[in-house]
Amino acid sequence: MSVVTNTTTIGAIEAPSRRNTELALLAFAVVIPVFAYLNVGLAIDGKVPAGMAGYGLGLALLAGVAHLVVRKWAPYADPLLLPLATLLNGLGLVLIWRLDQSPRIIARYKTFTPDAPNQMMYSAIGVAMFVGVLLLLKDHRVLQRYTYISMVAALVLLLLPLVPGLGADVFGAKIWINVAGFSIQPGEFAKLVLAVFFSGYLMVKRDALALASRRFMGLYLPRGRDLGPILTIWAVSLLILVFENDLGTSLLFFGMFVIMLYVATERTSWVVMGLLMSTAGAVIVGSTASHVQSRVAAWLDPFECLKTAPEGSNMAMACDQMTQVLMSFGSGGILGTGLGQGNSDLVGFAANSDFIFATVGEELGLTGVMVFLLFYGLIVERGVRTSLAARDPFGKLLAMGLSGAFALQIFVVAGGVMGLIPLTGMTMPFLAYGGSSVIANWALIGILIRISDTARRPAPAPAPSPDAEMTQVVRP
Amino acid sequence: MNKPLRRVAIFCGLLVLALLLRDNWLQLVRADELNAHPKNRRVQIERYSNERGNIIVDGKPITGSVDSGDKFYKYKRTYLEGPMWAPVTGYASQAYDANQIEKIEDGILTGNDDRLFFDRTMAMFTGEKKKGGDVITTLNGAAQKAAFEGLGSKTGAVVAIEPKTGKILAMASTPSYDPSSFAGYSAKDEKAWVALEKDKNKPKLNRAIREIYPPGSVFKVVTAAAALENGKVTDINAATDTPEGWKLPLSTKEMVNHAKGCANASLNRALEISCNSVFAKLGDDVGRDKMVEMAEKFGFNAEQFTPVRSSASVFDKKADRPGNALSSIGQFNTATTPLQMAMVTAAIANDGKLMKPYMIDQLRAPNVDIIKQNEPEELSRPVSPETAQKLQQMMENVVSNGTGGKGDLNMDGVKVGGKTGTAQHGEKNAKRPYAWFISYAKTSEGSPVAVAVVVEDSAGTDREDITGGGLAAPIAKAVMKAVLKTRG
Repeated sequence: MSVVTNTTTIGAIEAPSRRNTELALLAFAVVIPVFAYLNVGLAIDGKVPAGMAGYGLGLALLAGVAHLVVRKWAPYADPLLLPLATLLNGLGLVLIWRLDQSPRIIARYKTFTPDAPNQMMYSAIGVAMFVGVLLLLKDHRVLQRYTYISMVAALVLLLLPLVPGLGADVFGAKIWINVAGFSIQPGEFAKLVLAVFFSGYLMVKRDALALASRRFMGLYLPRGRDLGPILTIWAVSLLILVFENDLGTSLLFFGMFVIMLYVATERTSWVVMGLLMSTAGAVIVGSTASHVQSRVAAWLDPFECLKTAPEGSNMAMACDQMTQVLMSFGSGGILGTGLGQGNSDLVGFAANSDFIFATVGEELGLTGVMVFLLFYGLIVERGVRTSLAARDPFGKLLAMGLSGAFALQIFVVAGGVMGLIPLTGMTMPFLAYGGSSVIANWALIGILIRISDTARRPAPAPAPSPDAEMTQVVRP
Repeated sequence: MNKPLRRVAIFCGLLVLALLLRDNWLQLVRADELNAHPKNRRVQIERYSNERGNIIVDGKPITGSVDSGDKFYKYKRTYLEGPMWAPVTGYASQAYDANQIEKIEDGILTGNDDRLFFDRTMAMFTGEKKKGGDVITTLNGAAQKAAFEGLGSKTGAVVAIEPKTGKILAMASTPSYDPSSFAGYSAKDEKAWVALEKDKNKPKLNRAIREIYPPGSVFKVVTAAAALENGKVTDINAATDTPEGWKLPLSTKEMVNHAKGCANASLNRALEISCNSVFAKLGDDVGRDKMVEMAEKFGFNAEQFTPVRSSASVFDKKADRPGNALSSIGQFNTATTPLQMAMVTAAIANDGKLMKPYMIDQLRAPNVDIIKQNEPEELSRPVSPETAQKLQQMMENVVSNGTGGKGDLNMDGVKVGGKTGTAQHGEKNAKRPYAWFISYAKTSEGSPVAVAVVVEDSAGTDREDITGGGLAAPIAKAVMKAVLKTRG
């Protein structure tokens, strides 16, 4: 009888911790962005940028601290997650700094302040958050205790932007709050808290949801009272969409819930129901909310819609933005124009947040975009592996929920920017400018690392079992 | 829980795959289309990001670039004597794209052309700033000036061609515009552009190649060529069988002659005094198909690329008999660009050989290497040398004895042939007629220049005075004189 479950990520007993692999990868994750930084400086000014040493040291310091903390407090963690996050964060900083140099963006805003220094600070806070998660959360199962508190917290976070005086309406989307001069996007944090709630709730209710159902036309239909939570989440995501103009967040939360429900219950009927409900929701909102309509129009045929939309209208703006983004991607071609040599700043406002991927598309080309997508795909894949390897259902669900949400966010943002689906106005994790996003995603990586550490930790030596002892023949 | 987990993992993989496919679709398949999209300002930004090459006439640039210090478009195009050269250069505007040579040779002028790849690469290593190449035209500055000043405040166009080679020597069109006035994209530039767009006189229209006019009597040289080539007339001084009051075929309508003495006039005399009846009847005798064949050999019914595209001149291929007779005196549906009439004249002056008209002589790299040299090219041979000489004889007679007297240069050793035209148009010919004059000069070494002039409407001239001989011929004369002078 073997005690070692044979999954791919759990090695045999005495498995190598892979910390040195992580360190080597981290070296690349620091060196590549430093070279990118140099590249931008040379392309724009023709000389080595002044801040290069500071930038390189800062990034190396953050990576080093994170690595040491992982080495000490999560020695068996997945070795890929931290380098990938560091690399994306570092390249994101370079892209934001590159856009800071754009004379057109400087000219457009009367009081221009560069965003890169802020983003550097947010990244530091993000890494601090990562360290904090690893130090405070010695065992992810502790989070189970906060299931219902998490639910309340998530609802509060989601509804905060609607509080008068606190919420800020920025370009039509009410997803920010202003606290002490900082604007925070509570939705980013709600993503984590909701995942905790879903995991705790589903772990307890999975049997009821899976088994107490009637079979109807090949589908297992759940009982009415079990439909309660799914309907609630559906309604909440619709509310977010309607009152906060945030298509992306509602899609993200609902999708995450359906994925976790499916994993917990192993019932395909939930997926079918989830699809039906999201379609219904999309149709209702799509036919009533004008901003959704303009985004759909901008998605279907931006160039045509630009001609037909009344000048100065919301729709014309959405379509113009979409055409600019598409042309940005188009002019990148296969290899791109080279860092610092494109014109992605033509996209206009939000060039360094929602649309930062357009800069990747234009300046690094098809090649660069595919590399970035694969990096993100790799993070998701490591997350799913962690989930597979996790030995407790709560950890499984939590890792799956977080990586599923991450995957959905990537799809919704990149798909929106590339015109695959209607634009939703979310940000590319680690890449885009924005404190909340960077900090929340570093926390997400922290939690995944904690779960993977538990999952990959060598199983304790089996306790001597009395059954295993030699059978003694007792002679009468 | 692992089975659904694996399925979700596959689902996540599919999401990434969808993104990868979409990206390939955008950046690989649609890249060219998006890049060339008119809304894409990158083309413009690139076009003005470095000093643009120049368009050169007589060894001197007629364009320039200034560093405007702008955030989007660093360099702005400037033009020397913009209105005079606008029909040649076209414009290059930061807001309104470019046209004509500025557009056609954009690759050379910006330095992005593939043929300049080596230069660009070398410049990259030597650290030189990227610069555009030059376009060297075939134009003659003095002739252009004569043409432009000759037209003055009148509406019209002039095209002068060197018959031997097809080199375009002058191309003027009035009223004109200054491409400098909207080279940028400021409010001022927009105002200038909008004003030009709204201007009823259409200053932006290049009348020399893009407007087709009824040619009136100048078309009679084509009919004469067709009659001679098809053997309808063998002796240009023999009387033709044309009664005064010749009726249009299948009609009771008589052909009206403005001149006296057209009854049975010889071809030579008929061209001299411009008899409608003689040429209408000749056109009818030759027949529609042969008339069409002749006109098309001269270049009718086809666009010409100089390399700037010209509108196609029209000779009706489906006209009935009376229509064909009217077409043969340049009425009915016949319509032609000034360029086309200059080509007809040049072919006659060049003893029947029509050379392809062109106005770009050389393309030059920034380091003054010639990367392309255009060579004269034969387009067709509309008439035999014998016919051409007969036509020359008649056209020279028009100038020395007939309506084209004001086109004569009175220079020793220079013979001038020409033909006037006063094209009536509009319903019942109510509009003010167009004055035409085509002519060429010829020395013992062949013909250095053929000119076509059209004056559309000359405000202030009495209607009775609008004739090709009176209005258009002096302009042609000035252009020919300028060309002869610059040739020494």
